[in-house]
Parts: sequence; structure tokens; C-alpha cells
Amino acid sequence: MSDKAKPASLFDGAILRSAALDAFGKLSPLHMWRNPVMFATEMVAIYVTTLFVRDLFARGAETAFGGQIALWLWLTVWFAAFAEAVAEGRGKAQAASLRRARSELMARRLVGGAPQPPTAASDLKIDDVVEVVAGELIPADGEVVEGVATVDESAITGESAPVIREAGGDRSAVTAGTRVLSDRIVVRVTAAQGSTFLDRMIALVEGAARKKTPNEIALSVLLAGLSLIFVLAVVTVPAFASYAQGHVSVIALAALFIALIPTTIGGLLSAIGIAGMDRLVRFNVLATSGRAVEAAGDVDVLLLDKTGTITLGDRQAVAFIPGPGVSERELADAAQLASLSDETPEGRSIVILAKDRFDMRGREMAPTHAKFVPFTAQTRMSGVDIDGTRIRKGAVESILQFASVQNGASHAPADVRRAAEAIAREGGTPLAVARNGQVLGIVHLKDVVKGGVKERFAELRRMGIRTVMITGDNALTAAAIAAEAGVDDFLSEAKPEDKLALIRKEQAEGKLVAMCGDGTNDAPALAQADVGVAMQTGTPAAREAGNMVDLDSDPTKLIEIVSIGKQLLMTRGSLTTFSIANDVAKYFAIIPAMFAVLYPGLGLLNIMGLSSPQSAILSAIIFNAIIIPLLIPLALKGVAWRAAPAGQLLARNLSIYGLGGLIAPFLGIKAIDVIVSALHLA
Amino acid sequence: MTLDGWILILVFIALVAAIARPLGLYLEAVFAARRTLLSAVLAPVEDSFYRLAGVKADAEQDWKEYALAILAFSLVCTLALYGLLRVQGALPLNPQAFAGVAPNIAMNTAVSFVTNTNWQAYAGESTMSHLTQMAGLTVQNFLSAAVGIAVAIAFARGFARRGASTIGNFWVDMTRATIYVLLPISILLALIFIALGMPQTLAGALPATTLEGASQDIAVGPVASQIAIKMLGTNGGGFFNANAAHPFENTGPIVNLIQMLSIFAIGAGLTITFGRMVGDERQGWALLAAMGALFLIGTSVAYWAEAQASPALIAAGVEPSAPNMEGKETRFGAAASALFAAITTAASCGAVNAMHDSFSALGGMVPLTNILAGEVIVGGVGAGFYGILVFAILTIFVAGLMVGRTPAYLGKKIEARDVKLAMLAILASPLAILIGTALAASTEWGRAGVQDAGPHGFTEMAYAFASAAGNNGSAFGGLTATNTFYTYAQAAAMLIGRFLVIVPALAIAGNLAAKPVAPASAGAFPTTGPLFIGLLAFIIVIVGALTFFPALALGPLAEATADRLF
Repeated sequence: MSDKAKPASLFDGAILRSAALDAFGKLSPLHMWRNPVMFATEMVAIYVTTLFVRDLFARGAETAFGGQIALWLWLTVWFAAFAEAVAEGRGKAQAASLRRARSELMARRLVGGAPQPPTAASDLKIDDVVEVVAGELIPADGEVVEGVATVDESAITGESAPVIREAGGDRSAVTAGTRVLSDRIVVRVTAAQGSTFLDRMIALVEGAARKKTPNEIALSVLLAGLSLIFVLAVVTVPAFASYAQGHVSVIALAALFIALIPTTIGGLLSAIGIAGMDRLVRFNVLATSGRAVEAAGDVDVLLLDKTGTITLGDRQAVAFIPGPGVSERELADAAQLASLSDETPEGRSIVILAKDRFDMRGREMAPTHAKFVPFTAQTRMSGVDIDGTRIRKGAVESILQFASVQNGASHAPADVRRAAEAIAREGGTPLAVARNGQVLGIVHLKDVVKGGVKERFAELRRMGIRTVMITGDNALTAAAIAAEAGVDDFLSEAKPEDKLALIRKEQAEGKLVAMCGDGTNDAPALAQADVGVAMQTGTPAAREAGNMVDLDSDPTKLIEIVSIGKQLLMTRGSLTTFSIANDVAKYFAIIPAMFAVLYPGLGLLNIMGLSSPQSAILSAIIFNAIIIPLLIPLALKGVAWRAAPAGQLLARNLSIYGLGGLIAPFLGIKAIDVIVSALHLA
Repeated sequence: MTLDGWILILVFIALVAAIARPLGLYLEAVFAARRTLLSAVLAPVEDSFYRLAGVKADAEQDWKEYALAILAFSLVCTLALYGLLRVQGALPLNPQAFAGVAPNIAMNTAVSFVTNTNWQAYAGESTMSHLTQMAGLTVQNFLSAAVGIAVAIAFARGFARRGASTIGNFWVDMTRATIYVLLPISILLALIFIALGMPQTLAGALPATTLEGASQDIAVGPVASQIAIKMLGTNGGGFFNANAAHPFENTGPIVNLIQMLSIFAIGAGLTITFGRMVGDERQGWALLAAMGALFLIGTSVAYWAEAQASPALIAAGVEPSAPNMEGKETRFGAAASALFAAITTAASCGAVNAMHDSFSALGGMVPLTNILAGEVIVGGVGAGFYGILVFAILTIFVAGLMVGRTPAYLGKKIEARDVKLAMLAILASPLAILIGTALAASTEWGRAGVQDAGPHGFTEMAYAFASAAGNNGSAFGGLTATNTFYTYAQAAAMLIGRFLVIVPALAIAGNLAAKPVAPASAGAFPTTGPLFIGLLAFIIVIVGALTFFPALALGPLAEATADRLF
């Protein structure tokens, strides 16, 4: 899924050990009550255990069998609890490292500009103003109101490069537990203790703050409904059997019931939810609720800011277009010379382009008495003077004027003008180059679309997600970039309120919209969007408005967020299908075992050829139990996902989890039966 | 099996597909209150009904009001029919001078006809006066079918509307269903039946002298008019006890074919109506295709099973001749009998032209499984449609998750409340069938009515409760269901199977109508392709199979796998 997230071992020894213990605590019926299927399993386990104890004293015929069934029922419940504990354990491991960052924060408040003696950060209230200097930890989430500083945010982002935080603008938010590396800032506290970003993050990854999401509730209802049907199917069996003058053992009935109810998905449901959240966190994205993660899977429209998301953000030289009578090499040579001292990204890109095209290396300039002429807003050009040769590059009009002054006459080659106009029409920026009085040609600068984005947008289109590019550029430029990047639509000359209007319009059509933003003026749109991803570097207002925060401040992550949401839902659906499909084989194991005494012909239904009725029932129950831990890795990792039309995804998952769910238990139960009978367990 | 038999089955399916579209379009026009061919004549009639009843035709109801109207209407109908049955002895048009019907039979019959079940715990020709047959039973044949159609239309509106708080007006839907759909087609059918030799008279039984010189009464009556709606409205309650096996009730192969087609006509048409209402006809065809696939499988098994020689003859050492003709009319033979049995049980009709009890174990399991599948394979008029949509909602929920979206059907998000209501609707019939059968199997009251020993007897009981809860009304036979236990338990099963489905279905409709419609995208999988059709059919089978596997094992499967006869 992510190549950034560290592939944490699924079976970290320490996590497993503590999860194994935690699982016992989760066996409390008060905890199990939240999960109807596992609660029912536990109740049946208790009942079968009491039967076993009774038989132990009464020396019943089925004591050994009942004891084993009871054991496996308890294991079923414990495995489910274990799955949840493992998922939580992985989150807790992360929370622990976060918590270390938060410990023992001290704060120096400013009251009326005067510093106060240090107090514990836990005493801070909203709107308190604190001073933080180089080397100190920021005591609370807040907004920089004065100063600028470099801040090490690696404690929460894992990114070692320091970031700039400054008052005003869109990079004013700071997070508790991060360290100021230089300078001094004054921070206004925006979150009360206990509800800071770090607190929320810890609570979420630990699973403590986890509420059932709407889809989880719907699925639980489905599972509970199915369980009710199976209650009816099982409690009526003794009456049916009595008509055939037969008797069915209570233990067999209990086993049939547990085998039928969807224990597999019931046992893994909460682990899947926690793991989904955890995957997001591993991806350095924090969601304020599980609901937001689910919504991400449903997104129909992605709003993406052009700069930084679709394009690299800086214009790059892509071509040299020489004027009449000038070779491309000559133009490149002049352009490179004029750019050697130009440290802007545009300048560097010209040097690199010339090097790539004509293998021109940066030259030693000292002996040539070169004098660099820097760019100014008045001249709108820069360049170099070498032994009387004056080379300039800059805006077309400025260069033309420069050349005509040098030339003494108005000399504007029509070809050059046409080339410049053509570049502008395509959304690029033309940069003219002149040597003394001669206009050599044009350098084509353009907003370069990031590598691979086109493919990603094509992927999104296959998933049924429409991408809309938001840009402040004029329509012409926007259209050109949109076409090149392969986005479906664009909004040009966009103001923040246009974004909000666009989101409302899409939502009115019933679509779910995701966007990311960082500025305070993005806050309304972030709040309006169904999935609003705020950048960690953004303002507190933006972070409050969104329902996710991206710690890496990487807007392209929206795409991963969507796929994590989808994967979460797919894992639930696939395991539900698997769980229900399993029932067919379990019926074929247990029904002949129960009824062949009444009607020997029903032995024909024992198509697995299980060795004895007791062995058949025990094998079905063992399979039912051990399938839970076997599927824990799948529940935590999520089922494989790739961008494909829904029909293909469904066909694929149905064949794996539907058909597989039909077949696997036949093989599994048969194999277990071979072992069970070899060990004379039944 | 013969080529003729298969041709009959395939021709039947082709004819149903041919009828579905025009009828579906007509239904859509009727319920959208557009003008149709019949409007010139019927619109004034319709308006006069509303004026008389004080109904405002354009005042719509939310789902609760709609459901309440249905419950109230059904209650009044039940009481009225019960009253009529009890006092028929004192009323006119009673040439045979039948006495009032016993309380438990009257109650059972009233519930049965109001719930569109038409389970008959009586023999019509020796119990019911002409007035009861016409003003009581036939009237309910129309009204119960009209209620079913109304619910189906209201349910479809739930999908078709967006942000709406109402789902139609029950009184208007019911009136339109009756006078624009059921009455005109029934009149046409009745005339055809009369032309093809079916009796239609108010006279009493005809005295006849047999060849041996004995005297015999041959029952006749207003048969054709009752049979038309009996089939069209998937009621199935026969004029005669022998039902469609009786030569007066089913006069020959052509009438047999017309009757079979009329059973499926409205149920099939409603799927197309639904497709048109949601703006994509293919959605309707997809539902019909899922029904068709299940139907073809069941019919093939039944025909195959009945084309074999009778195991009883083989056991008796008689040179057996295939097919198994026990309990079948020689006029129809194995194919038409198996086909009719599959249709009448798939469609919750309950008319029979052969005795299902005499089918072989597997052949008899087909009608039973058709009913146990939830009466959604075309299903009862209206009921089959909203039944299969409930399954479609579940299918979408599971399949939707598997493609990584919160599930939506036709742009409507399927959420916890919808799933809850759908599960409630699906639970209704297992509740009635399993509990009912368990009571019958474990008590003397229940066992007393059983004719055959062993698993066959068990099947008789299970079939009876399945038939009642599925509002089918066909009898497997062999069971005497006239004692107090059966009449009341069956009545309870019928009520549960009818109203515990209708009320959640309407609640779903109300819930869906209020939701916005999300536009289709490549991210949502198409609900018109073979994948969806196959999955829907599979979900219907697996839910039924998982619910009833123990019962089927102790009934037909035990019988089929046994090395002796029961």
C-alpha cells in the first residue's frame, strides 16, 4: 500500500505477548456485550462448560467430548478478543512513543508581555500566551502570534528536517511536544489540555476513543440478524428430531449454533476497524473519527490544489526555441551563461536543461571577468556581462526593449514574438534571451506536472473518482496543465469561496467530496468537504476544520487515504462473505453427524467422509475457532486492493472470499478430522 | 423427459418475458396517474370512488400512514369476511343451503384470503355458498392482490424519489390496482375461460345418473369469474377442492397455459414497472433475470424428478412406466404438472393441477424450496417484488462492501436502519415456518393431522407452515389441517408472513424516499449485469438453505436418501 510507511512486523513479539494477556481482560461479558455475535458465543461457551462440569460429576457419556467443545468455544471467544488486542497493541506502541514526547512539558506564560515563572503545561488554558525559545519544547497546541522559528516536528511526523513556523500566514500552527530549534516565538494556546492534538491522536490509536462507525453498525445489525435466524434454525431442531423419535444432544446443538453464526467476521470486526485507523496513522495521517476513514472510501470527487500537488510548484525550462539565424546550441549556451549565478529554480532549471541537451557543464567564470547582473523588479531581467558581451534573459517585452536599445533600432523578430505567444497560449511562460542587440530566442518555462500523477489520476478514474484541479492561474494556463496532468476538470482563477461553492455544488448532486488545504481561508471548504485533509503545516483553523490531518503535509496523500478507506470496507465485506460461505461446509459436517442416527440414509450428506459424528462436530468447531487467528494478519493488513472498476473488484473478491469461503472449510474440516481421529480425541 | 416437455417450459418462459414489458409499462402509466387506454371509461369511476370515500387523491401519505391504512383496511376486510362466512346460511344465493362456517375455519379462511394466501381448510364446493364465493372470497382475491401491488409500487417509489417524505396514497394505489389492472384483465380472462368451456352459472349442482345407475351431484357455479382472479392475483384458492386439477377449473392444455401465464404476469410486469420508475429499465430486467434463473433451475429439477418412474411401483415389483403419474392428471402429464407446481409455488399462488404430495421426494422438494426461498421467484402479486428487493438490499450491502464503498443501491445509501428493516422482513417467514413446524412436530395436535409416517409426514407439516407463511396457500396434501391447532397456527403464520414483511418493507421505502440519490460512478458496481443477477440469486438460495437445511434434511432429503418408502 504505502511505500513510505515502515512495514511494521505483524507479529511483533512484545505486542503479541501483551495482547495475549489483554485478551483475557476482554473476555468480560460487559466488554463482549458490544459485539453480539461474540457475546452469544461466550454465553454458549459458559453453558457448555456448566454441562461439562455437571457431566464430570455425573460421569456422563459425553464428558470428554463436551469438555473439548467447551474448550474450543472458549478459544473462539479468546481468539476474537486476541485479534482486537493485537490491533490495539499496534496502536498502543505508537501511542507510547507519542506519550514520551508529551511528558513533563513546562510552559512560560506571558501576561501583558511580562514573563511569568515556569508552570506545568497541564495548567495552561486556551488563549494563554506562552514564550518558547530555541531548545525548548512547545507546551501546547497553538498558533504563533509573534516571531519566526525553525521547529523539529519529528516527534509527531517522523520527518527529521526542521520546518519553519511563523506568525501570520498559513504556517502558524505549532503542536505540543515539538521542539523549537532556533529563534524565539510567542504562541497563543488554542487547545485545552487533554484535547490537544497529541491527546486525541493517542486516544485514537489506542482504540480508547473508538466508536462504532455507521457502516460497522450496519454490518453488526446484519450479523445479529443472521444470528437470530440461526437461533431459530437451531432451537427448532429438537422438536423436528422428536418427530423422528430421535434425540439430539445439547452439546451438538450448541456446536451447530456456534458453527453457523458468523463468528469469523464477528470476531475480527473491531480489529479490522482499529487496523484501518492504524494504517492511516502509519501513513502519517490522523483521522478525527473512523467515520471519516469510511467516508474516504466513498469519495466521488477529489479537489486538488494545482501547486505542489499536481505540479512541482516551480516553473522549469523545457525547451530552447531559437530565433532566425540562431542555432539551438547558441541559444542554450547564452541562456546557461545568463543563468549561472541565478539561484532561482527557474534559473537552475535552465542550466540543467542546457547540460542535458548539449552536455554544457557549468564553466569556471573567474578568468573571464564576468559580472553578474541580478534580477530586479524594474528591469525584469537578469544576466551576465563578459568582456563587453552583455547577455540578458527575462520577460519578453523587457528583453526586446533591451535589444532595441543595444541595437539602436527597433528590431523585433516576428518569429520570436510568435513563439512567445504560442508558449503563453499553452499555459507556459516564455523567457527571452538576448546577446547585445540580438534576440537569440525563447526559453520555454513551464509548470511541470509531477512524474506519475497522470497515471494516478487514470487510476482514480478507473475507481470512479473524478479529479478537479484548483488553481489561481487563468483559464488558458489551467486548461493546458489540466490536459497534461489528465485531471477531469479544473477550476481556474479560484478564490477560497469558489472552492466552497464548488464543494456545495458537487454535494448537492449527491457526491462525496474530498479536499486538502492548509490556509485559514481553506477552513470553510475543509469543514464543508466530506473528507477534509488539513496539512500539519497549516493554520490551527484549517486543522480544526478538517476531519483528518496529514502530518507530512503531502496533498497527494488524498489518493492513499481514499484507498485506505476502500480497503477497510473491502476487508469487512470480504470476511463477511467468507464467514457466511463457510456455513455450507459446516452444515455438511454437523447435520449428518446429528441426524444419521435417525435416518441412516442421511449419511450420504457426509460428503467429507468424516470419521465419526463426534469427530465431525469437533472438527467443525475447531475449524471455526482457528480460522480467526489465521485471518488476523488479513484483518490487520486489509485485503489486497488495486484500482479497478467495481465489477472487476467484486468478481475477484467473490472468487477469492466467496468461492474460497465455500471450499476452504471442506478441506480444513476434513484435515482436522484426520488429526482428531488419529489422536483419538473423538 | 421429452422434447415436448422442454418446449413447453421454454415457451412458457419466453411468453412471460414477452408479457412483462407491455404490462410493466401499462402499470407504470397507471400508477403515475397518466392517461391510459382505459382512462376515458374508468377515470370517472375512479373519481366517484374517491368522492364517495372522501379520499383526496393527491394527498400523499408517509410510510407510517400508508402502513396504518393497509393494516386498518386488512382488519376490516378480515372481520367482514369472517362475518359473511359465519352467517352465509341465512343469506341468499345459497342453492345447496350450506350452513354457516365453523368459527375456526371461518377465521382461518378470512385471514387466508385477506393475506393473499388462500390456504383452504375447507372444500369449496361443499362448504361455501355462491354468495360467499362471489362477494366474499372473490372480492378478497381482488383486494388482497391490490394491496400487494400497492405496497410494491410504494416500495418502488422509495427508490425513485429523492428527499421525499411521502410514498403515495394507499387508497389511490389500491383503487387504481383494482379497477385499471385486476378487473379489466380478469374480465378478459374469464371470457376466454368461458369460451374454452369453463362453467359460469348461479345454478346449484346438477343431478346426474352414473352408468351404474347411482345418482350424483355435479357441482357447478360461477367458476370462470373466480378462476380468472385466482390466477391473476396469485390467490390460488380454487372453486373446487381439487383446484386446477378439476376439469371444470382447468379445462385443457390451452387453459392450463393461460392460467400459468396469468400467475406470473403481474409479478413479472412489476419488475419492469420498477425499472421504469427508477429511470433505468435494465434494473427491472436484472431482477426478473434473477427470478428467471432460480425458476428455471427449480423447474428443471422438478421435471427431471417427475419424469422418473415411481419408486413405489418399482418397489412393488410392477414393471414401472415413466413418468411418475401418481396424483397427476393424464391431461397434463409430467412436464405440465411439474411446471405448474414450480410456477404456483414460485409465485406464491397456491393453485395446483397435480398433487404435490404424490411427487417424488426431490420433485416435491422443489415446490417446498420455492416457497422457502421466501416467495421471491416472481412471487405473489406485489409481494414477490418487494420480497426480492429486500434480498437485493442485502446483496448490495455485502457486495458493496466488497468493492470498497459504503453500499448503495440505485444511488440510495444502504445504512444501518435499512439493513435492520431488511433483516426484520427476512426473519418473518423463518420465524413462522420453523416455530410452526416445531410446534406441529412435537405436539399431539400437530401430529394428529399427519397422514404419512417418517420424513414424508414431516414434509407435510413443514410444507403447510411454509405455504402459510409464504402466503402461498398450496397444500402438499396428506395433512388434515382443520383442527383447532392448525387453523389458528396457520392463521398466525399467514399474518406474520404478510404483515411482518409489508410493514418493514414500507418503512424501508419511507427511509429510502427521504435519501438523496448519489449519481452512478465506476466505483459502484453495476446492478444490471450477470454478476449482480447471479449474486442475488445465490444470496436468496444461501439464506434459504442456511435457514432451512435442518428441516430439509429431516424431510425430503431423509426421504430421498432412505432405502425404504414412507
